[in-house]
Amino acid sequence: MKSPVYEISSLTYRYPGSDIALHSLDMVIQPGESVAILGANGSGKSTFLKLLDGLYFPTEGEIRAFQTPLSESTMRDKAFAHHFHARVGLVFQDPDVQLFLPTVWDEVAFAPLQLGRTREEVKETVSDCLEKLGITKLKDRAPYRLSEGEKKKVTLASILALDPEVWLMDEPTSSLDPKTQGWIIDFILELTERGKTVVTATHDLEIPYVAATSCYVLGENHTIVAQGPPREILENTSLLLEANLIHRHRHFHDAMAHAHAHRHWG
Amino acid sequence: MRNDFIAKTLDETTRAIEQSIFANRYARVGGFLQRLDPRCKLVTFVCLLIITGLSQHIEILMALYGLTLILAIISGVSLGFFVKRVWIFIPIFTALIVLPAIFNVVTPGEPLLVLYTFTSPPSLGPFHLPPRITITTQGIAGAALLVMRVATSVSLAVLLVLTTEWIRLLKAMTVFRVPEVVILVLAMTYRYIHLFLRTVEAMLLAKRSRTISDTGIREAHGWIASRLGVLVGKSYGLSSEVHLAMLSRGWSENPRLMEDFTFGLLDCLWTGLTLGILITWIILR
Repeated sequence: MKSPVYEISSLTYRYPGSDIALHSLDMVIQPGESVAILGANGSGKSTFLKLLDGLYFPTEGEIRAFQTPLSESTMRDKAFAHHFHARVGLVFQDPDVQLFLPTVWDEVAFAPLQLGRTREEVKETVSDCLEKLGITKLKDRAPYRLSEGEKKKVTLASILALDPEVWLMDEPTSSLDPKTQGWIIDFILELTERGKTVVTATHDLEIPYVAATSCYVLGENHTIVAQGPPREILENTSLLLEANLIHRHRHFHDAMAHAHAHRHWG
Repeated sequence: MRNDFIAKTLDETTRAIEQSIFANRYARVGGFLQRLDPRCKLVTFVCLLIITGLSQHIEILMALYGLTLILAIISGVSLGFFVKRVWIFIPIFTALIVLPAIFNVVTPGEPLLVLYTFTSPPSLGPFHLPPRITITTQGIAGAALLVMRVATSVSLAVLLVLTTEWIRLLKAMTVFRVPEVVILVLAMTYRYIHLFLRTVEAMLLAKRSRTISDTGIREAHGWIASRLGVLVGKSYGLSSEVHLAMLSRGWSENPRLMEDFTFGLLDCLWTGLTLGILITWIILR
């Protein structure tokens, strides 16, 4: 049996001088798993992904990635940090954060260049990634001139250039039109089919329904309130109501409008 | 509206920055200068700028200015736009400065035009004015030399920027041994100026959509101050997030950049021509 990608025990994170962001989380993520982290805004999902990416470090508890504890001292080791960032890629929620260079080409080339690939390798990788995502025509464009959907594709290409074993995705479908949302879900499915480990933080309930193999729900108390197979979690209306993932609202059944806790997936 | 000028100023500033920094209308035209290797273009233009700065002959400056006009034409830059863009700043920044130099009070010499004759020349302590205020030939020549030098220098700079995309120009700076980290910082600054311009624009629109009567100048100033604060807060937050995104993708203290410049036949010809100009100038000196 393969070793887990992540082993998280009693993880607590507190922003300096601020309230608690995550409280006492336990989790094991196996290779090839597609894990959905569900939670309302402010529940700590994005912080959790940054901890998994070795950008933040636990206040209490431990995260072990590839059998090594993720801590400030291990990440200060350049060889380990280099190796770790080549194996784990984080897609940020806001493309304007991730796309910090003036052209799409530069953006996709950034990670392989920093990781010391040769010029020829970088050129080939960038060309392949742009082609795979169908954005070759955008290569000389400035990211700020792109649509939100195009920006999201460029952020994915910038991570695909690393071809990491683990993909961490922060709200990958937010602010996107329905067509691009569907495209992103297909992309996640393709990654899992290729044996990649995917951790998606989202409040879009379509993602766990279609593309996750396991599901965790973060409550407003910043701790895990439920875990299990996605279908089981998604059928638990009272749990989703409690976690503020669904709410009672008026909607139509044919011509009749009425209000009850209502879900939009499946 | 009384305080409309504040909104207009912000609006116009945003538009001016947008047009001057982000317009790459001419950089993508397949003209002569656009086809040159940016490194070659940068080095040769710096060379031409040095010649312009050191030339004492107006004929050389006029020839160089003529060259910039020819370069603009063969690079597909609209001549009207180019000339206007250069000469609009000359009266403001140069002509006003050199204006006193054309008079005999500053530059004595052969009178070209007598403007005023004093019955008894006024004096202030040790300073005495001449009996006649005239425009001198030497003054005009000196002023013309300076104006021509500025016009040619500005033309060269404008042409370089108009025909080269910013990022390619920045990457070309590696030929002058500018560290890659400096280039990266400049490139990122350029990229995020755009984002903040959009934010300022959105703030302005949001305010306009909710403004139904004159709010008064004091309130307008307060609003601008508060928005500046918000913008600083946003930029600080964004900078931390961007740093994390860079770390996440393997950023180290020694960043690596890559460019795909190629030095071709056209570059050889242009470098040869610039060298010819340089040698001619040295001989003429």
